[in-house]
Amino acid sequence: MANNAVNATTSAEPSTRSRRAAEFWFYFSENKGAVIGLFVFLLLVVVALLAPLIAPHDPTQQYRDSILVPPFWQEGGSASFLLGSDQVGRDILSRLIYGAQYSLFIGVIVTLLALVGGIVIGVIAGYARGWVDTVIMRVMDIILAFPSLLLALVLVAVLGPGLTNAMIAIALVLQPHFVRLTRAAVMAEKTRDYVTAAKVAGAGHFRLMFVTILPNCMAPLIVQATLSFSNAILDAAALGFLGMGAQPPTPEWGTMLAEAREFILRAWWVVTFPGLAILVTVLAINLVGDGLRDALDPKLKRS
Amino acid sequence: MLKKMTFAAALAAATILSGAANAKTFVYCSEGSPEGFDPGLYTAGTTFDAAAHTVYNRLLEFKKGTTETEPGLAESYEVSDDGLEYTFKLRPGVKFQTTDFFTPTRELNADDVIFSFDRQMNSENPWNQYVAGGSWEYFAGMGFPELIESIEKVDDMTVKFKLKRKEAPFLANVAMPFASVMSKEYADKLEADGNMAQLNQKPLGTGPFQFVAYQQDAAIRYKAHPDYWNGKQPIDDLVFAITTDAAVRYQKLQAGECHLMPYPNAADVEAMKANDDLKVMEQPGLNVAYLAFNTTQAPFDKVEVRKALSMAVNKQAIVDAVFQGAATPAKNPIPPTMWSYNESIQDDPYDPEAAKKMLEDAGVTDLSMKIWAMPVARPYMLNARRAAELMQEDFAKIGVDVEIVSYEWAEYLDRSKAKDRDGAVMLGWTGDNGDPDNFLDTLLGCDAVGGNNRAQWCNQEYDDLVTKAKETTDQAERTKLYEEAQVIFKREAPWVTIDHSLSVVPMRKEVTGFVQSPLGDFAFDGVDLAE
Amino acid sequence: MVRFLLGRLAVLIPTFIGVSIIAFSFIRLLPGDPVALLSGERVMSPERHAQISAQLGFDRPIVVQYLDYIWGILQGDFGTSIVTKRPILDQFSALFPATLELATCAIIFAVVLGIPAGIFAAIKRGSFFDQTIMGTALVGYSMPIFWWGLLLIIFFSGTLQWTPVSGRISLLYFFPPVTGFMLIDSLLSGQAGAFKSAASHLILPTIVLGTIPLAVIARQTRSAMLEVLSEDYVRTARAKGLSPFRVVGIHALRNAMIPVITTIGLQVGVMLAGAILTETIFSWPGIGKWMVDSVFRRDYPVIQGGLLLIAAIIMIVNLIVDLLYGLINPRIRH
Repeated sequence: MANNAVNATTSAEPSTRSRRAAEFWFYFSENKGAVIGLFVFLLLVVVALLAPLIAPHDPTQQYRDSILVPPFWQEGGSASFLLGSDQVGRDILSRLIYGAQYSLFIGVIVTLLALVGGIVIGVIAGYARGWVDTVIMRVMDIILAFPSLLLALVLVAVLGPGLTNAMIAIALVLQPHFVRLTRAAVMAEKTRDYVTAAKVAGAGHFRLMFVTILPNCMAPLIVQATLSFSNAILDAAALGFLGMGAQPPTPEWGTMLAEAREFILRAWWVVTFPGLAILVTVLAINLVGDGLRDALDPKLKRS
Repeated sequence: MLKKMTFAAALAAATILSGAANAKTFVYCSEGSPEGFDPGLYTAGTTFDAAAHTVYNRLLEFKKGTTETEPGLAESYEVSDDGLEYTFKLRPGVKFQTTDFFTPTRELNADDVIFSFDRQMNSENPWNQYVAGGSWEYFAGMGFPELIESIEKVDDMTVKFKLKRKEAPFLANVAMPFASVMSKEYADKLEADGNMAQLNQKPLGTGPFQFVAYQQDAAIRYKAHPDYWNGKQPIDDLVFAITTDAAVRYQKLQAGECHLMPYPNAADVEAMKANDDLKVMEQPGLNVAYLAFNTTQAPFDKVEVRKALSMAVNKQAIVDAVFQGAATPAKNPIPPTMWSYNESIQDDPYDPEAAKKMLEDAGVTDLSMKIWAMPVARPYMLNARRAAELMQEDFAKIGVDVEIVSYEWAEYLDRSKAKDRDGAVMLGWTGDNGDPDNFLDTLLGCDAVGGNNRAQWCNQEYDDLVTKAKETTDQAERTKLYEEAQVIFKREAPWVTIDHSLSVVPMRKEVTGFVQSPLGDFAFDGVDLAE
Repeated sequence: MVRFLLGRLAVLIPTFIGVSIIAFSFIRLLPGDPVALLSGERVMSPERHAQISAQLGFDRPIVVQYLDYIWGILQGDFGTSIVTKRPILDQFSALFPATLELATCAIIFAVVLGIPAGIFAAIKRGSFFDQTIMGTALVGYSMPIFWWGLLLIIFFSGTLQWTPVSGRISLLYFFPPVTGFMLIDSLLSGQAGAFKSAASHLILPTIVLGTIPLAVIARQTRSAMLEVLSEDYVRTARAKGLSPFRVVGIHALRNAMIPVITTIGLQVGVMLAGAILTETIFSWPGIGKWMVDSVFRRDYPVIQGGLLLIAAIIMIVNLIVDLLYGLINPRIRH
C-alpha cells in the first residue's frame, strides 16, 4: 500500500535521493507534533549518552540519612536531591537519567531483533510461497493469538526473570508484525517489472530477495519499527513492574515503579516521576511515528 | 478524620448486617488464597491458617506462643516403656460444627481419629486419592508411612498408635496441621452422595470457627462455633480478606478495613510503630539462614578455616542491608523461640583481624572459593545475592577471593546436595513442628549427608547426641541433650549461621488476646476486640 | 457465508493446535525439575519423587503426555493446579466473570467516549478542538497503564478518599454469586448499599483498562470519518443542502463504523493483556491476576491451561468480529 511512492526509484541517483529526503522532511515537518516528538527524543538520547556527566549522584548510591526526601520545591526538600530521594536514599533524578539509557537501549535492541528477524522470515515467506509460507504464517498466527504481554510474561517466567530475557521475549512477540508486513510487501513487489528485469539479468535468489526487492518495502517497516520501539519500552517497563524484567537495583523505570509501589500513599514523587519518564518517552516516539506515517504513507498525505 | 469516619461507618454497617446489636466481626487481611481446605493435602502456612487453625483441632495442640504441646482433642496420653506405643484418651463431649451443608448427629469418637490418619496412610482407603493429583505431603514429609506400624481403636474414646521405632518428635507431629481430625460422619455422607471433593471445599470439624463461605481470591468467612469444647469465641464472625499486596494490606489496616495483617513490608514497620491506632508485635520466626561449607573438602575440612571464615562475616550488616533490621543475627542452628535453645553459647565475634591471623596460622593463603546464592527470596533470606555480595566484601578483607554462583532454584536445590559439591552454599530452613529434632537432626545428622545436610558434615559425637534425644521421651532429658549438641555444633562450625528473620505482626490497637505463634501460624481463638 | 465460515475454521483449527503445542511445551522447556520444586528445601526421597512424577504423569513419553492433555481438553479437562489441586477450568470459570465484567465496562467506557470524540474531531478537522482530542488520545495511547492506575489511586483513593483501594466490593456485603457480575449480583442481593459499593470499586479499574482502547477508538473513528466524509456521496449529500447532522448521522456514520467495529474487536486481546496489569494493581480477582499469581507460584499447569483458554477466547472473538464484518460488508466474503 505504501510502496507506490517509493518504488519508482530503484536505481536511485544521488539527486533523486536528496530530493526524496527533502520531500520527506517537508511532509514530516508539517506535522508540528512530530517535530516536537523528535526534539524530545533527541534530547533523551543526549541525556542517556551523557548520563555519567550530568547525573548529580551515582544511581545506586544509598544516602541512608536522606530517605524519602521530597522534591526541592516541597517543604523538607533539598537542592541536592532535585526530584527527591527514594526509600533507600537514592537520588531519583540520577536514577531517571540512567534509566533513560536502559529504556533507549531496550527499545533499540528489541526493535532491531524484531525487525531483522521479522524481515528475514517475512522475505523468505513472501518470496518462497508454498508450504514454507504456510508454515511460517501459521506460526505467526499462533504467536499473535496470545496477548503479547501475557506471552512475554510467561516466556520470561520460563527463561528466568531479568532484562535480557525480557528483551528476548518482547522481541519475539513483536516480530510477527514485521513478518506480515514484509511478506505482503514482497508479494506485491515480486511481480513488478524491475524484479523480472533483475531476474532476467541473472540475479540469484538471495540478491533478488534482499538487494532488489527489500529496499522497496521499507516504508511500512519503518513506521512499524517506531511503533515497536515504543511498545518495547512500555512492555519492558510493564514486565519490570511485575517483577519479571530488570531486577533491582537496576534503575529501569518500570522496576523503579515496582519498588516504589508500597509508598504510593506516602511519597508521591517516587511513583510519579518514573512513570512520567516512561510516558514522555513513549509519547515522543509515538509522535515521531505519526509524523513518519504521514510523510511516508501517500494515502494520508494532504493533497 | 475521614479515615476514622470510614471505620466508624464500617463498624456500624457490620453491626447492621449481622443482625445483632453487639455482634463482633474480626477481619484478618490474609496474604494469599488457601490452596484448599483439607490441611493434609498441602504445605503452605496460608492454607493451615485458613483451615487447620480455624475449623479443625488435633489430638495435641501447641501451647499458645510456644513450640511445646498440650492436650487438645486428646485429654491425656500415655507412652509405653519401650517408647513404641502411644495411647490417646479422647476428650468426651466434643461437638462437631453444625452448618448449612451438614448437621452432625454424634460427638467426636475414635473412628474420626482413625479415619483422619488412615486416609493418609492406607492406599485402599477410598479417601486416599479423592483429590486428583493430591498427595499427603506432610504425612510423607514427616516420615509417617515408615514410622507408623498401626493405629488401633481400643474403645470408643481411646486410640493407640504403634510405632516401628522410637521417635520422640511424634508428639509434636500429631499437633501439626496435617494431623487435623476430620468428621468421619461428614466424610461418609459425602462419599454416599458421590461428592467427595466437597471435603476439600467446605470443611467441617471441631475447631473454634466454622466455615461459612469462600469467595475465590477475595474472602473466606467463618463464624464462631457456638458449641466449641473450649467455649464459644469472644468474636462472632471471622473474615479473611485476601490481600496479596503488603502495601494494600497496610492501607486497609490503617483505614480500619481489617484488624490484623501478616507480613508487612520491612520499610513500613517504623511508621506502623509510630501510628497511634496500631500496635506491632515481633519475634524471631521458626527459621534459620546459613552458609554451609562442604566439610569434606580441603581446606574446609579444617575447623580453624571454618571458624575463621565465620568470624569474618559481619552478620549485623547483612541483617541491616537485606532485612532493614527485621531479622536477628543467628548464633545457633535453631531459632531462639524453640525449646532447648542454648542461650549460653557465645557467637563467633566479628573480627576480621583475628580471622585473618587464624587463616594464616592454619597455613591457608590465597584461598579462593565459591559462594552459592539462591535465585529466589525465601522467608529466612530475602535477597541472597545481596547477602553474598556482602560476604564477598567481608572475605576480601581477610584475603579470601569469592566467586558468587547461582542456578535456577530447582537445580540449585539439587546440585547443592552433591557430596563433592564445590563451594559454600547459602540456604535455610523453616521449621515444621517446632521440635529441635526437625533442625538439629534433619539438617545436620549423619543420615542427611548427601541430602538435607548441605555441609556434608558427619560428626559422631554430635550425631550420637541427637539420635539419643530423638529416642528419649522425657522432655527435660531431651533439652539437655540438644543443648549439648549445640555446643558441639558451635565448636565445629559446619555452617556460618546467618540470621533468623523476624515475624512482625501489626494490628489495630483494639485487638486483644492475639498471641504470636513461634511456628508462624495465625490463629484467632481467644482474640477479641476491645470496645 | 458458510464457505467463508469454513474457510475461517480451516485456519483456526491448526492455529489452535499450534497454540496448544506452545502452551504445552512451555513447562517442558523449564530448566530444573518441577517435582523437586514442590518440596523446596526439603529433600525428597527418590521413591517419593518417582511416585509424584508418576502421579503428575511426567514419567511418560512427551508425545503421550501431549496427546493425553489434548484428549483431556476435548473432554473439558484442562488439568489440575499443582498448588490448589483444583481443576483449572473450575478456577477459570469462577474468576472469568470478574474479568468479563471489568472488560465490558471498560469497552463501554471506551466506546461511549471514544466514538463521539472521534466524530467531532473529524467534523472539526484541524480545529483547536480536534488537536486537543487527538493530542489527548495520543497521550492515552502512550500511557503506561500500571502507572496511570497508581496515579488514580494516589489521587482518588489517597488524597480524596472517594474510591476504595482494591477488590470488587466491600467485605461488609456478602451474597452468593448468581451471575458472577458483581454489579448485577449486588442488585439481586437486595442489600442496601451493595450496588453502590460494587460500582465504586469498579470505577478506577474501568478507567485504567479503558484508557488505551478509548484512545485507539477515538483515533480510528476520526480517520474512518475523514475518509468517508471525503467520499463523493457525502459531498453530494452536502451539496444537496442536507443538514450536517443528517450527513454525519445517516450517511457517513454507518460506513465509518465498519473499520471501527473491527478495531473494537481487536481491543479484546489488548484488554486481556491490560487486565494483567489492571487486576494486579487493584487486586481485582480475575484471570489476569490469576495468571500473574500462577507465574509467581510456578503453577505450570495453570499457566498452560490459562494461556490456552485466553488464546481460545481471543481467537473466538476475532472469528465473531470477522463474521460480523462479513455481514456488514459483503464485499470481503469471497
